[in-house]
Amino acid sequence: MTTTDRPTPSILLHVGVIMVLAGLWYVLPDYHRAVFSRVMVLAVFAMGYGLLFGYTGLLSLGHAMFFSAGLYGAGMTMSMLGWNSLAGLGAGIACGAVLALVIGLLALRTTGVAFMIVTLMFAQVLYLTILYFNEYTGGDQGFSLRRAARQIGPFDMTDPATRYFAALVLFAAALAVMLYVVRSPRGRVLVAIRENEERVRMLGYDVFAAKLAAVVLSGALCAAAGATYAILFGYVGATFATIQYSILPLLWVLLGGAATVLGPLFGTLFMYYVVDITSNYTTAYLLFVGVALILLVLYFPKGVLGTVRERWLQWLP
Amino acid sequence: MAAVTPLLETRGLSCSFGGLRAVDRVDFTLPAGEIRAIIGPNGAGKTTFVSLVSGRIAPSSGSVVFEGEDITGLPAHRRVRKGIAYTFQITSIFPKLAVFDNVALSVQRALLHEGRLTAANLRQGAMDALERTGLAERAREISGNLAYGHQRLLEVAMGLALKPRLLILDEPTQGLSDGEIENFVMLVRRIAEDATVLLIEHNMPLVMELAQRITVFDRGRILAEGTPAEIRDDRAVQDAYLGASADA
Repeated sequence: MTTTDRPTPSILLHVGVIMVLAGLWYVLPDYHRAVFSRVMVLAVFAMGYGLLFGYTGLLSLGHAMFFSAGLYGAGMTMSMLGWNSLAGLGAGIACGAVLALVIGLLALRTTGVAFMIVTLMFAQVLYLTILYFNEYTGGDQGFSLRRAARQIGPFDMTDPATRYFAALVLFAAALAVMLYVVRSPRGRVLVAIRENEERVRMLGYDVFAAKLAAVVLSGALCAAAGATYAILFGYVGATFATIQYSILPLLWVLLGGAATVLGPLFGTLFMYYVVDITSNYTTAYLLFVGVALILLVLYFPKGVLGTVRERWLQWLP
Repeated sequence: MAAVTPLLETRGLSCSFGGLRAVDRVDFTLPAGEIRAIIGPNGAGKTTFVSLVSGRIAPSSGSVVFEGEDITGLPAHRRVRKGIAYTFQITSIFPKLAVFDNVALSVQRALLHEGRLTAANLRQGAMDALERTGLAERAREISGNLAYGHQRLLEVAMGLALKPRLLILDEPTQGLSDGEIENFVMLVRRIAEDATVLLIEHNMPLVMELAQRITVFDRGRILAEGTPAEIRDDRAVQDAYLGASADA
């Protein structure tokens, strides 16, 4: 969190994580390769969420709307307007950023619980809007993207290897953005707002503008994840706009450690596998998720990486 | 008309909470370069008054003029940029951040504004403020772990790092030891070399020693104003404040 302290180990660590993820492709069996592709994209969603929740201290319960804005922004421009994947990705991110700007302007007039409720309501509005215009959105069922549309230059996103490395590229880019932001002076202002908003104002900062910037960047990151999800996995559906997908990033971030850069990846991966493994044995897999959460709250109240940072690695961003 | 524009002027400044007039039509003038103390019994409206000046609270009526410009409608953060810094009565720092980062947050805002934000400038500005307050050696400590007296100093350092023209100190010595207060007096004198200081304080010997002029508040109004000697001899002040505290 401190810009002046020891930049090198944290940079090395993050480059190392990306290299490990790249190397995993060559050792993992097919099934787990697919899981990791998905997890890396969802981890970007979690990172975007974590920027707002972990660093700025704003608890939103409506981030599914930003993921969906990216998902539908990319999916609909590609399927209906025939845009290519790259343009679709751009459209998705733009949709998320613009939506975040509008929602931010309205929702940031509130704080605390009211902010949670307002973001939750807006996310529901988007979900119901998607269902209402089912003629275009496919409603509940959603729609699939044609294989031909899912190309970026010579790269075919339907190929598992390309998909894996495309997810990794997105993840690495998001990681770089997060690292840059949280280590920058403006990132320090966000953390300061979380710690003591009134004091930040009395240091002469426009707190509203700083929070709005955080909402927009967070929304854009989540939308980038949504758009990439549409392109890589070829499916766009209203499930992703449900409340469940607003709660999940919160859990991922809490598990991994709020206000850590790598926590979201860890949390997403862990949660994905808990659900994946336990649902092989029982339909009551949510019970195991619950138990896992209770254990984490008991033994790692700051999330796994948050606790690691507190006890051992204070330089962890 | 006075030849020199005062640094700060309030005209008919009022603030009501429900039926209570915490600050009641206050006309107040502060020339540049002064160390001014505001004293008065608890509940006299001192903190409310400086909150109106710094923009933390909106007035019910009246106006605040800073360097000849009406700033009544400006939000607090814009007033800080104009040079009004406020340090909190109840220590308000970023307890989870390092001491350096606390002060760096003050410094970087000005640098960001001037487009001169580099790591070196930031470091220099922050260390400068820490050296002036004697906290330089503790730059790396987590500020929440500092002793109370040092946290109060950090609070002042954060105000100082803003390079304000008007520094408002709200009961800065509350809870400090005698030795710490002595250092504090020297610190305020040094600050006053290039800033105007508005000081709310209960510690009368300190006020008498430090302030050039004293404004006495009582029930939301200015009861008296003058040099320390004049205030000491003022009968109304003795009744309202000094006498009461001497009996206690």
